[in-house]
Amino acid sequence: MMQIGKMGEFQLDVLREVGNIGAGNATTALSHLIQKEIDMTVPQVKIISFHEIADFIGGDEVVVIAVFLRVEGDCPGNMFFILDIPSADYLLEHLMGTLPKRSEESQFTEMELSALHEIGNILAGSYLSSLADFTKLNMQPTVPSLAIDMAGALLSYGLIELGQAGDYALTIDTAFFEGNENVRGHFFLIPDPDSFETLFTSLGVPLHGDY
Amino acid sequence: MEIIKVGMADAAVAKSPDKIRTTGLGSCVGVVLYDRNKKIAGMAHVMLPDSTLGKNLETNLLKYADTAIPTLINRMEEIGANSRMLVAKLAGGAQMFTFLSQNDTMRIGPRNVEACKQVLKEHSIQILAEDTGGSSGRTIEMDAETGILQIRMVNQGTKEV
Repeated sequence: MMQIGKMGEFQLDVLREVGNIGAGNATTALSHLIQKEIDMTVPQVKIISFHEIADFIGGDEVVVIAVFLRVEGDCPGNMFFILDIPSADYLLEHLMGTLPKRSEESQFTEMELSALHEIGNILAGSYLSSLADFTKLNMQPTVPSLAIDMAGALLSYGLIELGQAGDYALTIDTAFFEGNENVRGHFFLIPDPDSFETLFTSLGVPLHGDY
Repeated sequence: MEIIKVGMADAAVAKSPDKIRTTGLGSCVGVVLYDRNKKIAGMAHVMLPDSTLGKNLETNLLKYADTAIPTLINRMEEIGANSRMLVAKLAGGAQMFTFLSQNDTMRIGPRNVEACKQVLKEHSIQILAEDTGGSSGRTIEMDAETGILQIRMVNQGTKEV
C-alpha cells in the first residue's frame, strides 16, 4: 500500500487535476440546473489529521447539509457534497420557485429534502462519471444519503474506513460559488488508502518520488 | 475554570473546576469516566470498536474502544483518581446516514457503543447514563465539579445526564 505521507509534489498535482475535472463537470451541471454561472476554486489536496477536516467548513459544530455516497469499483472511496443552509435555501428558491419558510434553521420539508438529495445525486454523479472517463476506471456511486447536522459528526463518518488504516486522510476539496456568493459548497473526495495506487497506475503516474 | 477540548481519536482528563468537551460526535462515542470523591473526570472520543481491526501497527491507542478506555483509566489514576470508584456515561454512536444496504462499516455507531459497554464491563465500571444511537450528532461537555454531562444536539436543544 502506498504511504499517503510519502507522495511527491507531482502526485499531488495529479490529484489536484483529478479534483479539477470532477468538480468542473459537477459545477457545470449545477450551473445548468439553476441557470446561473458557477465558479470554482483550484482544488486543494491536503493530507490532514482527523480532527482538522471539519475546519474546512467552519468548524465541528457548524450545521451543514451533506450528501454522502460510497464510490465502489476499481477505486473505492467516500464522497461528500456539502452545502451550508443559506446556499441550500438559494438553490431551492431557484429550483422550485418558492421561498423556503420554516421555523427552525435546519427543518426542511420532505419536498425540499428530496430536491436537495437529487441535486447531490446529479452533482456527485457528474463528478464521478467524468473521473471515470478520465481514468478509464470503473467507479460507481452508491445511492446517496442526505443528512443535516454538525459538520464534524457528518464528515467523521467518511473517515471511518481510513481510521482503520492510519490517522491521516487525503482529501480533494473543491469549493464552488455563484457570482454573488449566494451558493457556496464543497466537494470532498476521500479515496480509500488502497485506491491511490490504482488511480496513479491507470494514469501512468509513478508511485514514488518527484518527477 | 478551563474547558479542555478533546479531538477525534483523542482523550483528556480534568480536575474540578475544569470541564472537558468534545464536539461533533457522529458515529464516534464519547466515553466519560468520573471519580466523584476526587472530582476527576476523563473523556475519550472513540472512533472505532476494536484495535485488532486495524490494518497497521503504528496505531493511535485512543482511536479504539478496547485501547482508549484503559489508557483513559491510567491517565486518570496518574492525576489521583481511584479506578475502583469510577462510573461512566456514554453519548454518541449515531447512524448519521441511512443506506439501503447495511454492511458492517455503515453500522459503525451501534458497534462502537457495544464495544465501549463491553470494555467498561471488563473493567467493572458501572454505566450511570447513556444517550446513544439515533441519527443526530452530539456535542458533549463534562463538568468535573458536578459530574454532570451536558449533551447538545442540533434542533433538539441541550439535556443533562
